[in-house]
Formats: sequence, C-alpha cells, structure tokens
Amino acid sequence: MNFEFSQDQLLLRDQARGFLAEHCPPKAVRTVLDGEQDWDETLWNKVAEMGWQATVIPEAYGGLGLSYYELVIIAEELGRAVAPIPFGSSIYLAAEAIQHYGSEQQKSEWLPKLASGEAIATFALSEGPGRATVKSLAAQVSSGGLTGRKIPVPDAGIADVAVVVAANGDGAQLVLVPLKQSGVTVTPVRTLDFSRGHGCIEFNNAQAETLSGAKDGWLATQQLLDRAAVLYAWEQLGIADAALEQARQYALERYAFGRQIGSYQAIKHKLVAMYTKNTIARSNAYMGAWALQDGPEQLPLAAATARVAAIQASLFAAEENIQTHGGMGFTWEFDCQFFYRRAKLLSLAIGSEAHWQDRLVAALERGAADPSQQAGA
Amino acid sequence: MDFNDTPQEAAFRREAAEWLAANVPSAEEIAGLSRLETAKLWQKRKFDAGWACIGWAKEFGGRGASAIEQVIWRQEEGRYDVPASFFVIGQGMIAPTMMAWATDADKERYLPKLASGEEIWCQLFSEPAGGSDLAALRTKAEPDGDDWILNGQKIWTSGAHFSDYGIIVVRTDPTVAKHKGLSFFFIDMKSPGIEVRPIKQLTGESDFNEVYFRDVRVPDSQRLGEVGQGWQVALTTLMNERAAIGAGFGHVNVNTAVDMAKAVTINDRPAIEDSAVRAKIADWHVKEAGLKYTGYRSLTALSRRELPGPENSIGKLVGAPQLQQISSFCMDLLEASGAIWDSDWAEEQDKIATGYLGAPGLRIAGGTDEIMANIVAERVLGLPQEPRADKGIPFNEVPTG
Repeated sequence: MNFEFSQDQLLLRDQARGFLAEHCPPKAVRTVLDGEQDWDETLWNKVAEMGWQATVIPEAYGGLGLSYYELVIIAEELGRAVAPIPFGSSIYLAAEAIQHYGSEQQKSEWLPKLASGEAIATFALSEGPGRATVKSLAAQVSSGGLTGRKIPVPDAGIADVAVVVAANGDGAQLVLVPLKQSGVTVTPVRTLDFSRGHGCIEFNNAQAETLSGAKDGWLATQQLLDRAAVLYAWEQLGIADAALEQARQYALERYAFGRQIGSYQAIKHKLVAMYTKNTIARSNAYMGAWALQDGPEQLPLAAATARVAAIQASLFAAEENIQTHGGMGFTWEFDCQFFYRRAKLLSLAIGSEAHWQDRLVAALERGAADPSQQAGA
Repeated sequence: MDFNDTPQEAAFRREAAEWLAANVPSAEEIAGLSRLETAKLWQKRKFDAGWACIGWAKEFGGRGASAIEQVIWRQEEGRYDVPASFFVIGQGMIAPTMMAWATDADKERYLPKLASGEEIWCQLFSEPAGGSDLAALRTKAEPDGDDWILNGQKIWTSGAHFSDYGIIVVRTDPTVAKHKGLSFFFIDMKSPGIEVRPIKQLTGESDFNEVYFRDVRVPDSQRLGEVGQGWQVALTTLMNERAAIGAGFGHVNVNTAVDMAKAVTINDRPAIEDSAVRAKIADWHVKEAGLKYTGYRSLTALSRRELPGPENSIGKLVGAPQLQQISSFCMDLLEASGAIWDSDWAEEQDKIATGYLGAPGLRIAGGTDEIMANIVAERVLGLPQEPRADKGIPFNEVPTG
C-alpha cells in the first residue's frame, strides 16, 4: 500500500505554501476584493515564474511534464491562500481540453503560452440558470462560426481564448475561440466573489475551431468535468482546512463567560464536525488524484466522490468558521469572508453539489471496479 | 501512489493465505460445536502454528510481526468466516496492559494462554455511576493482610459470563481526588463472591453483563501499578480500545441502500431514480469511501514504518451513526413493510432491522459519539477541556445524583 505523496511531492507542498504565504497573504486577497482589478496579475506572473501553470503540460509543448500529483498539491495551496488568479479556468479546464482534444497545431499554438502564463484561457459551458445539458445548449456552431451567449464565464475579461461547448446538430462540439476578435463581446458580470472576475460572452458568428480530438463533444465535456472535479476538489480542500485552522485559532483566543470558547462542547463539536468532513474530503481527494493520474476507469466515481466531499467540507468549514467568530466574522474587516465567498464560488463552478451527487450515483449504478480489490488489500 | 504490496509484504501475504487455505476448519470439523467452541479450536490451531497474536513477542506466543503484517494477516483471515470476537478485548486491550504493567512471571503465566484462546479475559471498568466519567467509579477495595476485599458493582462487561480472568479498576482511597484514589488489579472470575448477571439489550441479545462483588478476596500480588496509580494503568487499556473497537459496522452499507433503491419503487419509478434518494446515497458513499481511503493512508504510514496520523480517530464517529442512518433509510424505502423483522416473511430484511436495532449500541460502546468528539477536539485539535466541577475535590465530597 502506497497511498501517500512522495517525499519530493511533500517538499513541493511546503515550498508552495511558503511561496504563497509571502506573495499571496490575506492582504493581497483583500486588495483585489477592495480594488478595481478582479485578479492579481503580479501574483499570476510570479506563479508563472515558479512554473506552476506548466506542471502537467508535456515538455514538448513547453511544460514540465510532471504528474497530477504535483498539480493537486499546487491546487490545494492555491485554495488555502484563496489566490485571486485564473488558474482553474486556464489550467484545470482549458489547458486540459486543448491538451487532450486539440490538434497538433492547436496544441503547439496554445499550450506553450498557457504553460508560461503568457496567455490565459477559459472554459464556457453555462448559458444561464439551470443545469446545462446537451439539449439545453443554445450557442450554436456551424461552418466555423459560433453564435450564442455564455454566462457566467470565469475570467472572460482577461482570457485570450476560450474552450466553448456549443450545439452542433443533435450533439455538442468543443470549439476553440480566440476572444480578441470582432465577433466576440465581453461584458463584466459581478459574482459573490469579487476577487475572481467573471463575464458574459456574446458570440456573433465568431471564428471558432473545432477541438477535433473530441469526437463526441458532450462525452468529452463530461470527461473534462471529471478531470477538473478532482483539481477543484483539492483547491476546495485547501479552503476547508484553512477555514478550520482560522476557526480553531479564534476558539483558542476568544474568551466568553470567563473561559476560552474552544472549551465549550458546542464549539468543540462544531470544530470536530469540520475536521471530520475535511478528513473524509482529503482521503477522497487522494483517491481522485490517483484516478486522475493512474486509474482512468475509476475516474468518474472517484472524481464525483472527491467533488461532493470537497463541496460539503469547504462550505461547512467556511460557514461555521464565520459562526465561530460570531459578529466579527460577519464584518468586512475580518478575513472569514474570503473562504465563504470562494468556497461557494468553486462549489458552483463546474456543477453543483446535487449535480455531482447525481453523477456519483450514476457511477455507482454502473458498478465501477474497485482498484483496491485488484491488489491484496 | 498505488495499492500494491511491497515485495516483502506480498511474500508475507502469500505465506499467510497459503496457511489459512490449508488450516481454516471445514464445516464438517466444526459441526455441532458452539460459536465459542469453534473460536477456541481455531485460536489454538493458530497459536500452535505461530499465527496467533502475531504482533506479540515470540516468548508470549507471537512472532514479532510488524504493524503492516498484522493488517495483512487480518485482511487475509477476514476472507474466512472464523469467529474472533471472543478474544478481541483480552488480546487487543488487556494483553498490552499486562505487557506494560505485569511482572515477568505473570506475563509468562498469562499471556501465552491469552494468545492460545485457552483463557478468556474481560474488562471490568464501567459502573452504574461511572460510564463516560469512568473515574467516578465507586467499587471499593480495602486492604486485609496481603489481600484486598472488593465490594461493588460493574456494568457493561462484555463476555464476563465466559471469562476466566478479568482486569478491574477500583477505588482504594475515597478521601483524595477522583483520579488519584484508584488502583488496578487482575482477578480470577471464579473467585467466591463474584456474581455475573447478563443484561438483555434492546436487540434481545445479551452481550454484556452486570458483575457484582461481595467481599471478593484478591491477593495484593495481582495489583498492576502502585496503589493509587490505577488511572494511569487504565489509560494503557483505554488507549488500545480504539484500535480494538470500530473495525467494522456490520453488513449494512451503501451497497445495501443501492440494491434496495433499485429493487423498490417510488411513484411507480425505481427509487434509485429519485433525486432525494440519490443525494442520500451519494453522501453515504462519500463517507464510506472516505473512511476506507483514510484507512489506506494509515496503512501507508505503517508500511513505511511511520506512525499513522490522527485521521483514523473519526472512524467510529462517522461509521456508527451512518449504520443507523442507512438501515433506517432502507426501512423507509420499504414503506410499511420496512417494519417487518420476521425471517419467515422477509429474510433479506433481517440485517437491516438488526443493523438499526444494534446501531445505538455502537454509538455508545467504547466512548459515546459525544465523548469521541471531545477526544478528537482535545487530542487532535488541541482545544481545552471543559472546566470540571469535581477537579481537585476529595472523591467523597463530590456532588452526586
């Protein structure tokens, strides 16, 4: 049984945590939350110097060609720091789509720029309220032109290119659409997390290239969401643990009725409930990481399980962290809000809790093989 | 990451599996034997071949196996339906206490027979007035020459009715603070003055007993630790309790709920298609899988000869309530028929009702959910204890009710 990161990977985690403590402290998040900018461009460039965007992109396309084990470690630390950068949309979603479904020419054109952080990409699926299905897609692609509207699209205002899921006849197609062109209009859309920019993108016969590796565009979309679910789960786990740590610290410092509030069972049991959900989420995230790197047949179940666990852990920790802080937790001045906003934003980003519960049970019904039964364990 | 054994682990697994395949008793061999007799037969056979209590030192009947080898052995033995529960408390909790506190002569006398299953031990800790607050126990021991005279009552004693020996914590000084007036002994369960009365649980079964002590004479040579050091000795036992309890939660799990939801309908559609049903199943799978993979993380630490982290402390806290919830929900899916617990009518429902009725016991045994949460809060999260009204007060002046 070797269900743990390697020493080198654990070292990377320490480095990443130290790096973000220096370059993305709470006041950096606050600057974005309070300011006009909806991202931290300086941080993005520093992260690029560290090579984080390049982690799993193959060396042939300017990446580092490392494994997903390294990428999930970085994702967790970005979550812990509530980093206000377009890492998820550019790397977990768009770069993955291009790497797995792009043509040779598309990969050569975009992956090196995404790996270096010189270009930003995003992924556009949602078209408005409700769960997107292949039948609900209104954005339409025909003869290389995309027409329709996507909302909300993360990082729409700063992305150079978008991977868009669009209808094509009865099915769906994944298309690559450069956003700096005349057929594209981006309007900012504010979300509950001001530290992450979103927008509405109108496509008016915009020039769009098919990601031709995705024969069935809807199936490819589901596979992409499974992959992203694991990466988002790790980022959410970082949020969950950071929120628990903040609540624990406050419970030790704050006195009421002559004693530390952390000595009351009402608070202790609340924090244990957080710890329990976080532990469950972490162990499921390990399985997700393994499936993403080494167990493709187990990925749909492992990804959905990791995603549901991480949604539940991060929301609960962020909500109860504020509750533990009492009135101060509800102020703009305290940092509790960072976790609360980001946890909810990420819980909606690639489909809600109910959406992933549904996918989880669908995978259970199909009866995914249990890898641990193959081995002795 | 992978789920594979190291070459050494794989070799050990093969050796264990081969021995088990050749030695697990056949159905004919155990025909007519009670569960206890079968357990004793199997335990003795393991002992004679060096497969009993394999983590123990050779001199006590073990083979000095590593922690990961013990896990591998449990996994391999777990593939067979062989009874083991009779020895769990003795071998899992009492033996480590004896190893830490008994004289060499007593270790040699008692440990090998504990390993071989020839002698069964019970743990006499809880009392009517000392459950979650164990140190509030009142059974007293008074010195009489080289002996002690015990009077009082214990409760929730698993297996007292078939045990040969027991370990017991008693109060030897009521005039000092609660934890300071306790002492620890091992006793012969056949001593005059001991009366064992089975407790009938709400399931109808009797796994536990009340044990009464009336002028029971115990030699001072059977004391473990100093007089007044009983709480420290008891902590050795309790630290091993979490490892012994909570290994499994019966035969009701997420698959039970999935199978049931496929088999019954809600508004003429398969229940599994109902989104409320799916949400619950998903949540239970999250927890069941989470516990399983948490176990894998601990196994990895053992395999690397490191100490596992505190993450496994949540096992009982998550698993026991989940058994209650899943079995309750499976009954709900059956609507009015869910109430049937009658194998003439619905044999397959037996395990569900059994799970539901048994679950409250699991949520209490070995530390209630609430006590377990306190333990995690204090030991893992480092939160302060609640102030205690009896702190530092002589035991005989502590308010009681």
